[in-house]
Amino acid sequence: MGKYWNEEIECMSREDMKKLQSERLVKQVKHVWDNVPYYRKKMEEKGVTPDDVKGIEDLHKLPFLTKADLRECYPYGLLATPLKDCVRIQSTSGTTGKRVVAFYTQHDLDLWEDCCARAITAAGGTDEDVCQVCYGYGLFTGGPGLNGGSHKVGCLTLPMSSGNTERQIQFMRDLGSTIICCTPSYAAYIGETVKEMGLTPDDLKLKAGIFGAEPWTEEMRREIEKSLGLKAYDIYGLTETSGPGVAFECEEQTGMHINEDNFIAEIIDPDTGEVLPEGSKGELVFTSITKEAFPLLRYRTRDICILSREKCSCGRTLVKMTKPMGRSDDMLIIKGVNVFPSQIESVLLKMSNATPNYQIIVDRVNNADTFEIRVELNDDMLSDTVKSIEELEKKISNDIHSILGIKAKIRLVEPKSIPRSEGKAVRVIDNRKLH
Amino acid sequence: MTVKQLSVFIENRPGRLSAVTRILGDAQVNIRAMSLADTKDFGILRLIVDDCEKAAATLKENGFSVTATQVLAVKINDRPGGLADAMKALYDDNISVEYMYSAFINTEDNTAYLILRVENVSSAQVALSDAGFFLTSQEELSGI
Repeated sequence: MGKYWNEEIECMSREDMKKLQSERLVKQVKHVWDNVPYYRKKMEEKGVTPDDVKGIEDLHKLPFLTKADLRECYPYGLLATPLKDCVRIQSTSGTTGKRVVAFYTQHDLDLWEDCCARAITAAGGTDEDVCQVCYGYGLFTGGPGLNGGSHKVGCLTLPMSSGNTERQIQFMRDLGSTIICCTPSYAAYIGETVKEMGLTPDDLKLKAGIFGAEPWTEEMRREIEKSLGLKAYDIYGLTETSGPGVAFECEEQTGMHINEDNFIAEIIDPDTGEVLPEGSKGELVFTSITKEAFPLLRYRTRDICILSREKCSCGRTLVKMTKPMGRSDDMLIIKGVNVFPSQIESVLLKMSNATPNYQIIVDRVNNADTFEIRVELNDDMLSDTVKSIEELEKKISNDIHSILGIKAKIRLVEPKSIPRSEGKAVRVIDNRKLH
Repeated sequence: MTVKQLSVFIENRPGRLSAVTRILGDAQVNIRAMSLADTKDFGILRLIVDDCEKAAATLKENGFSVTATQVLAVKINDRPGGLADAMKALYDDNISVEYMYSAFINTEDNTAYLILRVENVSSAQVALSDAGFFLTSQEELSGI
């Protein structure tokens, strides 16, 4: 097996790639126009018909799609194939109206797994490898995506899912895992556990790790590489576009190659929506040109990054994106889970009968995210016993956990103690310095 | 007969207790008894004061969270076993105490005052009265 999973595509000339993207885009626009009334309406509102889109140079004529559209269309509103042709559903981690449900035909799954196979191959994976997938399985795309990619490559695949770290390490030793796939924070935790168990990287056979689903820094990369004795590769994706594998890192480790035969990437000004020239920093927008069931045209990821077409030493010609450098909305990624401050507000008001005056404090201690929510107390929440206040904190904590799927430390604070800026409380303090 | 106790939520950071007591002092409110229940992150300051309404209003104006609870102020004899007698009266009637703290001692008639928080206030009142204990009213407390 070679250096590339699909050399023809991954090393295709810019001209040929543009031609391929154009053909696929034209076909995709017609597909959604014919099959998704919501899209047709959006296009009509902008005065665009499929006849106006003759190639990727016309992409900018199409309307944007946002998470709000996805919510409005939940669950079937953007489905472009009959439901009976769909074979899989995956979903984002968030809930309460923020949930995104993505549909896949068998063809879509094949393409997605193919993208993941490219990522594994770029990390040096072949059918000789033992690939331990410790991303969560289930609705979350991490586990199923890499699992499928690993099968395609022909690796011996260990579908471990996350958690039970000592057992993970036991399997790594007993079965000689050479590749692991998980979130970078979990990789760091595995590294610490290896040390705590009195082992060193020499006791393991790991050579590569494919880590994604949350922001991480170069410092963290070096730490993980040292603690596990492997080379760490970044991977990017979002449920809306399929899952991990939209973009992947090669051995150069200087950004992620976007699978342009499946996804057209644009960088826009988040405020004006104007397309920015290559090399500019702005919001990443994806158009999926091969998906059948759930194709997204000009989907605004809200991730801020830069695209680069500088020649890559790996030989791939696929455009590279930097690690996301921030968000153009207020979404936070905490412990790999997407968190919107508005979700917390809604839990406090609707479930916990608490005040909506809160502040989220996120930090990273020993490479793991800490998540604290301070909530201002009011007279109705107060009682004369410590026990009942602690019960209230516990109730809020459980309510948050049931909606977000992650635990937060709840800390009740005095009324008006959360700093206000121009009358509005400062909602988020992120001390992680990820960007 | 019950008295009103104010509970004030106080975060564990320097200067908070000082702020509460200063605010009450400036408002000419006299504290008759108090106890502080504390945890790692916060405390609840429980107060018996001579003017409940004024104290609560002033604290709220200053941004504190305040709640009022009915508690019992029991007069007991200031002698060994005095408290034990009161506890026995409650125990005999199967009444559990949530918390309690001592108020002040009256040296003139050798009595002490005890603030009691129980789950069932009315049955505690009956139990204590039947056992011969005197329960102080709000007015009496303010006058002491």
